[in-house]
Amino acid sequence: MAPVSATPGRAEASTMARALREAVLAGIIAFGLFVLYVGLKTDQNISNELILVPRPGLLAIFVGLAMVARFLGVLYIQPAMKRRRDAKSAAADLELQPSYVKRNFSTIAIIALVLYPPLMVALFGTQGSLKWVDNFGIQILIYVMLAWGLNIVVGLAGLLDLGYVAFYAVGAYSYALLSTHLGLSFWVLLPMAGILAALWGMILGFPVLRLRGDYLAIVTLAFGEIIRLVLINWTEVTQGTFGISGIAKASIFGIYSFDVGAPNNFAKVFGLPMSAAYYKIFLFYVILALALLTAFVTIRLRRMPVGRAWEALREDEIACRSLGINTVTTKLTAFATGAMFGGFAGSFFAARQGFVSPESFVFLESAVILAIVVLGGMGSLVGIAVAAVVMVGGTEMLRELTFLKAIFGPDFTPELYRMLLFGLAMIVVMVLKPRGFVGSREPSAFLHARKSVSSSFTKEGHG
Amino acid sequence: MAVAPVMKPAASSADPILKVEHLSMRFGGLMAINDLSFECRRGEITALIGPNGAGKTTVFNCITGFYKPTMGMMTLRQKAGKDFLLERLADFEINKRAKVARTFQNIRLFTGLTVLENLLVAQHNTLMRASGYTILGLLGFPAYRKASKESIELAKHWLEKAALIERADDPAGDLPYGAQRRLEIARAMCTGPELLCLDEPAAGLNPRESLALNTLLQGIRGETGTSILLIEHDMSVVMEISDHVVVLEYGQKISDGTPDFVKNDPKVIAAYLGVEDDEIEEVIAEVEEVAHEVEEGGQK
Repeated sequence: MAPVSATPGRAEASTMARALREAVLAGIIAFGLFVLYVGLKTDQNISNELILVPRPGLLAIFVGLAMVARFLGVLYIQPAMKRRRDAKSAAADLELQPSYVKRNFSTIAIIALVLYPPLMVALFGTQGSLKWVDNFGIQILIYVMLAWGLNIVVGLAGLLDLGYVAFYAVGAYSYALLSTHLGLSFWVLLPMAGILAALWGMILGFPVLRLRGDYLAIVTLAFGEIIRLVLINWTEVTQGTFGISGIAKASIFGIYSFDVGAPNNFAKVFGLPMSAAYYKIFLFYVILALALLTAFVTIRLRRMPVGRAWEALREDEIACRSLGINTVTTKLTAFATGAMFGGFAGSFFAARQGFVSPESFVFLESAVILAIVVLGGMGSLVGIAVAAVVMVGGTEMLRELTFLKAIFGPDFTPELYRMLLFGLAMIVVMVLKPRGFVGSREPSAFLHARKSVSSSFTKEGHG
Repeated sequence: MAVAPVMKPAASSADPILKVEHLSMRFGGLMAINDLSFECRRGEITALIGPNGAGKTTVFNCITGFYKPTMGMMTLRQKAGKDFLLERLADFEINKRAKVARTFQNIRLFTGLTVLENLLVAQHNTLMRASGYTILGLLGFPAYRKASKESIELAKHWLEKAALIERADDPAGDLPYGAQRRLEIARAMCTGPELLCLDEPAAGLNPRESLALNTLLQGIRGETGTSILLIEHDMSVVMEISDHVVVLEYGQKISDGTPDFVKNDPKVIAAYLGVEDDEIEEVIAEVEEVAHEVEEGGQK
């Protein structure tokens, strides 16, 4: 470090000198690293001999990049970060009142979501809003709901569940099968799908009650795969990989339908031009309501004895038992409640797609949902919602980045790099915020003042 | 019984809250507890002492259901006269139904929950009933709101007793060690126990904290009439507050009586301090003499 000097001019000069020095050092290291890998290339000449082709230009670019990055880093980024840290610690002493937006984040977010579809219609027209309402709005909200459901199991009860998508599948197939065979409506089957998924949650819960940590994770993973394999192989019922198509659409409580041929078709009744957008907008509000229901129930449950018992279970299971808490039923209720919301989301998914197949319920889905929960901060609803927007919205957004073709050539397809960028983003977030976007925990009751609990005290749960 | 000859003629006519009879616990080839019998009397503080590895914590784990004993019977009689056979209850039922609460040697708090929440978790079963097993509470019935208020009042009461009221909204993991010990006792008391089992409550406390603990324990016994069974190494705590001491060595009882009696028992002294090889005969003779006198006294 440069010695602290009284005159700012000298301090700047010394930083500059240090930056130059470190840049040269970085250049030497980069040269050493890349001279063989980048600087030389083996090639075959006409007589099939291996020859070394030196690439000084490319090597120079690499070294130059390293030097410039290091120079800028030392000169600008490090002091800026230091200033920020200082400002933060100073602010902590002052007990700064959080900004208006921060305090009312949930309310503002809900209002924004309610206004989102009309805004999109106004901006892009009825047909143009389809992409924004469906691909972004509904898609993200499904993941928000799934992640909030999984949050009950992983974030509150501390039970690592890698097979959550199984309950999503149970919900989706419950709706698909019962509506095609029995002709029941969405609003009857929605609670039924939830109950069936909760039942399967309990069925999963029983064998894994004694398992903890890694063992629990493996068994839940296996459970997810079993459900998927049954869906593939039980062809008489599920039609295997072909999936079930032509699933009935949801209606506005039976009053207005979205079937094109129906006499009470929404667009016909109101004399609007035919468009798929109305159905999507309706679905947007349905999933919004379902997600808010999940949030409401979770918030309510956290203040109830069962919710506190979940969190206590995450902190210390043995202490729970010494306090007379039945850990068996506590775990089962956590599994069942989480699974129920997964089931709701699943039946909604089936109604939205009109088609379900086992391909939608692969392990990757479970992993993405879990990643959202971890990224958002286990237990925090706001953090998880933000993480879902970033993860799902971000990957959808990559499809839109057509301008990248101008830079990388017409063959460049940004979608192919989705997973790469996704992984990179996750690593960056986890390095900067190891406990997720919102790592602290809000206490469920307080005596004098509500103080959030720092993440250094909360535990992740043992299993 | 020939195994434990040194026994003060027990005042067993007094109302025992816990009766442990012929308790044995075997781990593979190791007999951790061998045919142990003792009683805890209602409203008294009973101390369980003994050298390291004597099996004290194993006895605790048997009483509170974390181990299933190999043999033996543990009867808990509640104030209302209801009897529970502890070895037949599942671990959580021992607290829920038999009303036996415990603390742990290595403190087990819910570190990520606040101090207040720790005490609310302890009232799980009461609140569960009040909330109609969650359903009525979820629908916002007033019964739960009332019970919830009462639970906070109870928590407040114990926070004041444990001198933790100032820190009610801090995470439990943030408390200093001595305060964590007191919080664990307060949490156990929030379950409304008839018998409170404390596993080395004074371990790691400085003399001042130790004194505060004594006051807290005597306060608990005095105000609620809760009987206390405690394991302790700190003799100042044991001799100061306990009414009755049981001494274990190698899983067997070697002495049982008032603190003064136990303090002067040659067998206890031998167990704690050790004796020279050539003195063993002497000690045994002395012990047998005492036993003989006791037996005769008992027969008369």
